[in-house]
Amino acid sequence: MIDVLLASGLVLTAGGMEAADILIRNGTIVAIGTDLPVEDLAGVERIDVKGCWIGPGFVDLHTHLREPGFEYKEDIESGSRAAARGGFTAVVAMPNTSPAMDSGHVAALVAARGSEVGLVEVQPAGAVSLGRQGSQLAHLDDLWDAGCRIFTDDGDPVSDAGLMRQALEYIGDLGGIVSQHCEDRGLSRGGHMHEGAVSSVLGIRGIPHASEDVMVARDIRLAEMTGRRIHFQHLSSARSVDLIADARARGIAVTAEVTPHHLMFTDKEIEAGTDPSFKMHPPLRSESDRQALIAGLRKDVIDVIATDHAPHVAADKEVPFEEAANGVIGLETAAAVVNTVLQPEASELFAWMSIRPAQIAQMAHQGQLPSIGQEANMVVFDPAATWSPLSYVSKSTNSPYTGMTFTGRVLLTISRGRLTSRNGELA
Amino acid sequence: MNHLLSTEYLSATDLTRILNMADEMAEVLDRPIPKVPTLRGKTVGLVFFENSTRTRLSFERAAKALSADTMTFGSQGSSMTKGESLRDTALTLEAIGADLMVVRHYAVGAAHRISEWVDVPVINAGDGTNQHPTQALLDALTLRQRFGKLDGLAVAIVGDIRHSRVARSNVFALNALGAEVTLVAPATLLPTSLEGWPVKVAYHIDEVVEDTDVMYLLRIQAERGGDQVVPSLPEYVSRFGLTEQRYARMSGDSVVLHPGPMNRGVEIAHGVAEAERSLVLSQVRNGVAVRMAVMLTLFGAHHD
Repeated sequence: MIDVLLASGLVLTAGGMEAADILIRNGTIVAIGTDLPVEDLAGVERIDVKGCWIGPGFVDLHTHLREPGFEYKEDIESGSRAAARGGFTAVVAMPNTSPAMDSGHVAALVAARGSEVGLVEVQPAGAVSLGRQGSQLAHLDDLWDAGCRIFTDDGDPVSDAGLMRQALEYIGDLGGIVSQHCEDRGLSRGGHMHEGAVSSVLGIRGIPHASEDVMVARDIRLAEMTGRRIHFQHLSSARSVDLIADARARGIAVTAEVTPHHLMFTDKEIEAGTDPSFKMHPPLRSESDRQALIAGLRKDVIDVIATDHAPHVAADKEVPFEEAANGVIGLETAAAVVNTVLQPEASELFAWMSIRPAQIAQMAHQGQLPSIGQEANMVVFDPAATWSPLSYVSKSTNSPYTGMTFTGRVLLTISRGRLTSRNGELA
Repeated sequence: MNHLLSTEYLSATDLTRILNMADEMAEVLDRPIPKVPTLRGKTVGLVFFENSTRTRLSFERAAKALSADTMTFGSQGSSMTKGESLRDTALTLEAIGADLMVVRHYAVGAAHRISEWVDVPVINAGDGTNQHPTQALLDALTLRQRFGKLDGLAVAIVGDIRHSRVARSNVFALNALGAEVTLVAPATLLPTSLEGWPVKVAYHIDEVVEDTDVMYLLRIQAERGGDQVVPSLPEYVSRFGLTEQRYARMSGDSVVLHPGPMNRGVEIAHGVAEAERSLVLSQVRNGVAVRMAVMLTLFGAHHD
């Protein structure tokens, strides 16, 4: 547990950012304000955070920790380290593990391992269907009891509309939320990138916008029909943003996320010899899609930024584009990418990356404004610092950002009263 | 030029320089002893991840006519399923001693990726549905021999454009040399977007049959799913097949090209394949000369 004075920062409050010092003793916030009494400061390390934003630690609704089953790509320990370095204090671990997180004991194992590592809160996401096969419901009650609050077959969509209806009803009654990977497999089959001018010249089979749009449209209708909430993962298409805005206007309980890479890149990054670090699902789409995603985020149609941190070893990417695995790592760079691309207000950044995701995942200890008496759980973010990611603490390095220059860097991460990351180094 | 990976960025000057050298190579191949010592001591690696007899033999003949040694690597199935990355395979072949690599692969961009990992020149001998640049060069050579120049030539490319690396290479190369290209196919066999393509489009072969100088026929690539997007072969022939009746309507100066292998009775009638103005075998012969010219260009060697 730490004893530090965060001096001269800008602290997130209900009324906006306020210049203040924060005194943390034994991991607990004991004072917030200017002119804190000096006599209190014996044995306390003073850290100058002038100009830095201090707010609740980031929460990622969409992380692939790969354990159990794919520990050669990432494990809960290495993924927790990557999260800490990126300013996260909690992550939701996707259930496409081996075995899949379709039963209570697998989810409980992941949660327990997360606690044992102790760098971030790891909330397992339960599978919707047994084995993520899309045919019958997973052990939803057991998963709920093991701490799952978000349920998804991510990596695969819940394709069967009847099963999706059952899932919405059953999971909604438990108090959880279904989180859908929006992809119509009939439209996406054989595709490896966005269907458009670039894919046509390359001859790579494309994945049309409609692959996402038709699934979003269908599931909005099912959410309306069942009266239950639904969350849409990693939006990529402008039309889906329109569909969600329309659903919101009609009072349907829909939330949605977008990834940092869909906010930064388009399919123009892809050429015949391109490093498949630009290959992900859903694919990078056109500039008009990217602009629509940004506008959707700014208009609160999209609630949350989630990383879809998807580690793959080099051998999975040292192949032609069509043969390469989907996905990029993103935990260590997310806040920097968002700050560089969007130049948000501090309150926007914390809404997108901690407050709203904590609400969706029902994490009581996350997404809280710093307050006296609270166990310190926060990130200190320097919005003006420039840096380039050159190496990663994740086990995998499939990042499209290596060597790029970003504005905005995580200075400190404090998770449950402990310093977990400092100046890009693990504490 | 360090590698030959695509025709997309080749200028008329680049193309003409290779074609001029290919003319010289064609002359070498007509000699009683069709061989020159220019690449003696060099080893050309023929790296084939996809079945191909014709292209491999053509490159092999080209290398040997220049006195280079050849070594052949053949593999089918994904490098991933074999547990070796493409990079490992490429570095291994370079270490064995390939001075130039000819790469055929079933996936887009394979030759491009290899060119980033190795220090030797790479020739793309076909990468999935992307590019097959030496095919476009040999087609251009064949047309230049016949017509003297490509400028203003009307070329109709008919058939499974969507899955054709030959079409992609030819569209850019022929356009750079001044030809006017029309793609003829049903929408399901055209690329989903033609934004930026220097082409016109027709949806029935009868729209172009009387006006085109060159009828370039492509087979339907069943192995890439091309046969799933036309209702039946007889219906395809009725709209897009070059039948003998249609051949008879073509102008007397026009020619027929096909990159092979031909599906006689589908895109090309048997009698048309055998007809006087079918240049299919000239294309095959010119393939050797063009590949010699490309190897010399990439080795920076000058034929004397």
